[in-house]
Amino acid sequence: MKKAFKEIVGGAVSLLTGMRITLGQFLKNFRKDHNVPYPHAVLPIPDRYRGHIIFTNDEAGLSTCIACKACEKACPSDCILVDGEKKEGAKKKSATIFELNYTLCSLCGACVEVCPTDALTYSKRYNLASTSKAIYSKIDLIKDLDTRMAKERPPAQPPTPEQPQPPTPPPAAEPQATQPTQTPPQ
Amino acid sequence: MLLTKEQALARSAHSVGGPNETFVLNLGPQHPATHGVLRVKLTMDGEFVQRAEPVCGYIHRMHEKMGENRNYSQFLPNTSRLDYLSAMQYTHAWCGVVEKACKIEVPERAEYIRVITSELNRIASHLVGWGAWVMDLGGFTPILYAFDDREKILDLLEHICGARLTFCYYRFGGVVNDVDEYFLNGTREFVPYMRERMKMYKKLVTQNIILRKRIEGIGIITPDQCRRYGACGPVLRGSGIQHDVRRAEPYSIYHRFDYDIPVYHECDSMARYLVRMDEIEQSLRIIEQAVAKIPEGPFVHPKVPKVIKVPAGDYTFATEAGRGRFMVRLVSDGSDIPYRVKLRTPCLANLSLFEETSAGMLLPDALAHMGSLDLVIPDIDR
Repeated sequence: MKKAFKEIVGGAVSLLTGMRITLGQFLKNFRKDHNVPYPHAVLPIPDRYRGHIIFTNDEAGLSTCIACKACEKACPSDCILVDGEKKEGAKKKSATIFELNYTLCSLCGACVEVCPTDALTYSKRYNLASTSKAIYSKIDLIKDLDTRMAKERPPAQPPTPEQPQPPTPPPAAEPQATQPTQTPPQ
Repeated sequence: MLLTKEQALARSAHSVGGPNETFVLNLGPQHPATHGVLRVKLTMDGEFVQRAEPVCGYIHRMHEKMGENRNYSQFLPNTSRLDYLSAMQYTHAWCGVVEKACKIEVPERAEYIRVITSELNRIASHLVGWGAWVMDLGGFTPILYAFDDREKILDLLEHICGARLTFCYYRFGGVVNDVDEYFLNGTREFVPYMRERMKMYKKLVTQNIILRKRIEGIGIITPDQCRRYGACGPVLRGSGIQHDVRRAEPYSIYHRFDYDIPVYHECDSMARYLVRMDEIEQSLRIIEQAVAKIPEGPFVHPKVPKVIKVPAGDYTFATEAGRGRFMVRLVSDGSDIPYRVKLRTPCLANLSLFEETSAGMLLPDALAHMGSLDLVIPDIDR
């Protein structure tokens, strides 16, 4: 009898303690903004964020890829297709085709690590939802670099690493459009 | 109150003159309490479980077979995807077996980084297991707190390796990126913060009468059963067997740190719960020591061959993952592709207990018991 009574009191105290803690947490965090109103603001993306791969560019805005196919061989998922040719007057080969099948990519980074000329880097793109598979089954990295360079060229600034830009309003419907991604193939 | 199997069945419908028939209740494969695509075929006698037959294989991705048709570094990303909640230790096992076979030395700094990140990952893993289990039992708030803390760990790990879940951070002979002061300071700050939170969790959840009534004395797993089924991790230590791979088969530099292996002899779900909570505290101790002592130096061995060819032979390497002993057995024929990869995963061993230990339980108790095993389904099916 005494034991049962003790258990009831002890149990009630434990429940009240729990409620006190949750109430304390509630009051402590009541006025703080813990949420990021996503389409209007984004969290900072860490420098080492592993998005899908993109080309780096040299000072002239060109890719340093020499089409050695090391990335193609290193890829565990066979999602990279590279081909290249030696252009007239150039010392090394350059890529004519560089396609990433992002639908297969597991973002392991093997391609970036093996690249002898550091021609590949991780992008910081994360708004990668789409209703069409075709957009991501063939990401053309050459075209993507050209688009980025064309955007950066006019102000004649040194090429800056791509930053996640807070999408400009009204972005909620299509946040992807605000990211500097490639144009969907027709 | 604990019922033996006989006592429980004696209270069933048949014993009081009801019809002697059972029905099959299909739990899963899409049931929230199974935490994934696990199906359990429950033969029920009224409210009592007569037989619980786990059906695995819904998320089988043939990881072992994939190991046989790709080279050593190409298999590395796969290891993060077995038990995605403790990916660091799994990658560690794969790197460890290749390093052991090829005799690749790991620099001091890399070993310290591995210990710090592994232990941070273990805390994150236990927090998810804990929060999800308490949510199964009906308490929703703790998982929000647990995810809040886990978020801090994931932010730190994301800062150094760029991913939040499938880290793929270790490489043969070291790690892929060096850690910086931001990470180390963040870890230093995290340790006292987490200790305060653990005190709060103890008051909020561990002492809660509802939780204790649900899991104390429920789901007894005897040491004998653990040995027969090869149970490991917190399940084993909750049954009074002091076995931890970090102590029993020392790997990396764990022998340099001062920490305890929590053991409880009650053999019930509460014991497994307490083991996990204590392990978080012990991990914090290890992290504290490792962060204080981390030396300068290279973070990856400078002379790792580009194409790794493992000498012919049979190699094993085990790590203590969040859920227990993860072991890789690698058979090599000397080429650059493994001949056979066997992954011994802790959750499969822990799940195999379930059929025997859950017989005669009430259905809600059986689910509480399953939560105490802390199963990750892709780890079972792999």
